[in-house]
Amino acid sequence: MASALQSITLRRLAIATVVVMGAGYALAFLYAPEDADQGFIQKIFYLHVPLAMVALLGFIVAGIHAIRHLRTGDPKHDARSYVSIHISVIFGAGVLLTGAIWAKGSWGVWWEWREPTLVSFLIVFLLYATYYPLRYAIEDRERQARYASVFAITAGAFVPLNFLAVRLAQPLVHPRTFSSAGGLPDSMLLAFLVCLAGMALLWATLVWFELDAKAASANLSRIRRRLEATT
Amino acid sequence: MIPLAIENADRYVGGAYLVFLLLLLIYVAIMAAKLSRIQRELGSLAELAERRSGETPPRGVGSVRGRDQEIEAVRQGGR
Repeated sequence: MASALQSITLRRLAIATVVVMGAGYALAFLYAPEDADQGFIQKIFYLHVPLAMVALLGFIVAGIHAIRHLRTGDPKHDARSYVSIHISVIFGAGVLLTGAIWAKGSWGVWWEWREPTLVSFLIVFLLYATYYPLRYAIEDRERQARYASVFAITAGAFVPLNFLAVRLAQPLVHPRTFSSAGGLPDSMLLAFLVCLAGMALLWATLVWFELDAKAASANLSRIRRRLEATT
Repeated sequence: MIPLAIENADRYVGGAYLVFLLLLLIYVAIMAAKLSRIQRELGSLAELAERRSGETPPRGVGSVRGRDQEIEAVRQGGR
């Protein structure tokens, strides 16, 4: 019953994702005007910025699940933390790739080492890339989950600090989104917010999907062990 | 400040969205492979369960009917 309910919810979530993302990118390309400064290339903004925001929020969500895991010892929170980090790392790779393409088109270079926004995001991405070797270097499952939770909390706390430090730093070429100096026009803001909602829904759908697949795999292993033990 | 070099904007925009779609496709392909592995394992477990139920008498362990019969037997003090 519970799994049937879950699959219905996952299906609804997936449908909502497709609808909201479709609407968001239709608005971005058909409704929002071209940027006066950058022109058509600014359309990458509707993909790159929501990806970055959702990836960073995902790392914080992983940290919250990790706190829950340490407090309750319930492995389901560890699984949620792990999957949140996994999907956020994939989104992070997307941020770096789309950002590099945008940089090449706008600034003429794929990467700019003097730009704090770029380098700080790369540091966060590489930090989370070490999560996997750390986790799988430990054989004992309980210890593995505990250490992974401690990592997720520490790194999760680093994310907002890093974000704050970047906002305070002097930008070189990377624009500051939603800075006090000149916000987005209403039509661009609407398209951006719908794209952001779509990206958040996509993240939630992928997390849910992967958690379901993990639960199915764990249940199968349990049934196999039970069947083999009684043979 | 690096000078802006905006040229072939549509190529870059297309490239960025294509990269995102590719990433999603790779993820979906990996998940599809995992799900097909789960499907295979489920098939082999079903086979194992069928084989075992063929080996045991009709009142098989875990079957609803078998369990009902066990409960009934305990209720009547037959065990």
